[in-house]
Amino acid sequence: MSPSEQNPQEQNPLERNPSEQNPSEQNPQGGADAGGRPGAGDPLAPRSTPDDAVLLTARGIRKSFGDNEVLRSIDLEVRRGEVVVLMGPSGSGKTTVLRSLNGLETPDGGILSFDGGPELDFGGRITKQGRFAMRDRSAMVFQQHNLFPHMTVLENVIEGPVRVQQVPRAQAIAAAEALLDRVGLAEKRDAYPFALSGGQQQRVGIVRALALKPDLLLFDEPTSALDPELVGEVLKVIKELADEGWTMVIVTHELGFARQVADEVLFMDGGVVVERGAPERIFTNPREARTRRFLDRILRPLD
Amino acid sequence: MESSGWQLFLDSFWPIVWGGISGTIPLALASFAIGLVLALGVALARLSKNRVLSGAARFFISVIRGTPLLVQLFVIFYGLPAVGLVIDPWPSAIIAFSLNVGGYGAEIIRAAILSVPKGQWEAGYTIGMSSGTTLRRIILPQAARVSVPPLSNTFISLVKDTSLASLILVTELFRVSQQIAAFSQEFMLLYLEAALIYWLFCLVLSSGQSVIERRLDRYVAV
Repeated sequence: MSPSEQNPQEQNPLERNPSEQNPSEQNPQGGADAGGRPGAGDPLAPRSTPDDAVLLTARGIRKSFGDNEVLRSIDLEVRRGEVVVLMGPSGSGKTTVLRSLNGLETPDGGILSFDGGPELDFGGRITKQGRFAMRDRSAMVFQQHNLFPHMTVLENVIEGPVRVQQVPRAQAIAAAEALLDRVGLAEKRDAYPFALSGGQQQRVGIVRALALKPDLLLFDEPTSALDPELVGEVLKVIKELADEGWTMVIVTHELGFARQVADEVLFMDGGVVVERGAPERIFTNPREARTRRFLDRILRPLD
Repeated sequence: MESSGWQLFLDSFWPIVWGGISGTIPLALASFAIGLVLALGVALARLSKNRVLSGAARFFISVIRGTPLLVQLFVIFYGLPAVGLVIDPWPSAIIAFSLNVGGYGAEIIRAAILSVPKGQWEAGYTIGMSSGTTLRRIILPQAARVSVPPLSNTFISLVKDTSLASLILVTELFRVSQQIAAFSQEFMLLYLEAALIYWLFCLVLSSGQSVIERRLDRYVAV
């Protein structure tokens, strides 16, 4: 599952910039992205860290909504190239964990750090810069795709690179077209999102996230809103990304899929991680009663 | 009488239309443009988490909507000179109408912004945008589509409301017809003619609204 097992193809647009290569070659817009992007000149740039290095560390993440304690104390470590799957009943806090990693939710306490970089301590005051720095490292694929309805497929994809990362427009378009081609949507570049099927919309959502070249891809139940016959095409794309060595955290209820792509499965319930381990072990031999009950309910809903 | 009435109608038609073109329309356009900027500011203030800002916006909207436009106009033109602030008819009218559009438009824009799903803000944030950029690039274009019909209503109301400016001596469509009516003593004819010309103006504006709506609807399934 690590990128070194793969044979990184040159110019493969789905390939996240492999760290072993010269970052300035991989990131030609490096000079322009002085806005805090992990880029060529950044000594903390993820591309220069060794492969299996820890990309993300979260410690003691807590979050309450009013009286409702959603996350009690979550620890999480994601290594470069690793796929972590969060599972658990609804209300277990898995989506809140994911959203905290992208700065869409601000935890009440706990610590986040990327690449052993400066720690973001949620016990104290979080600066705007801190939040943006964190957001710059990851990109979210939403359950309801959240494409921009007033922009074409292509405009959706280049919006982040052009507006935020200051990538020259022509270059962003070329990259976006290559990505769209890879997910089989090249001919949809000028379509508006309403004209696409659910599966196509979600694939565009994935491409929009990829175009940002994030270190970490976050998927929030990417297939839950889809008709059953459209689930496969989206999971296939995610599986390919996993095989190519992208680092991901995925919230999903698709057990078979989780088993195929995950390096580690975290089972959450009531705001805590109840059990964690390799997918084979969790699915075939769960240690905790709560995990067993949850798997039973999914596998045999009528019993 | 028959023919002289028709003749008066024809003779006064162009002067009244000209009063509309040189008075009513510029007054409405200037007030609407300024009012929209004000409305956006007030809407954002009203949505702000800052209590002072949102309270001030709420107060402004309440005063504008809770008092008659004619009274606002008179306070500015006839009232302010009493405290030493003399404003000419045109600026007085533009100030009053802009404030009015600001108050009503703010609620329309606020509702339109709130009608854009929360996920659109989050999608903007996740591609690295600040809330200001997300507002400008993602939210407002979608809010614009929602707010065109009610804002068009506001604009058409405004065009008609500018007739109130005749009471503070602004030479516009209605004032021209009043002057001709006073001179000719043909009140019924001239006031009906003024009504007809207002109506024609509004027909043109309504078709303009359809054009804008069609343009903004191109990205939704219809």
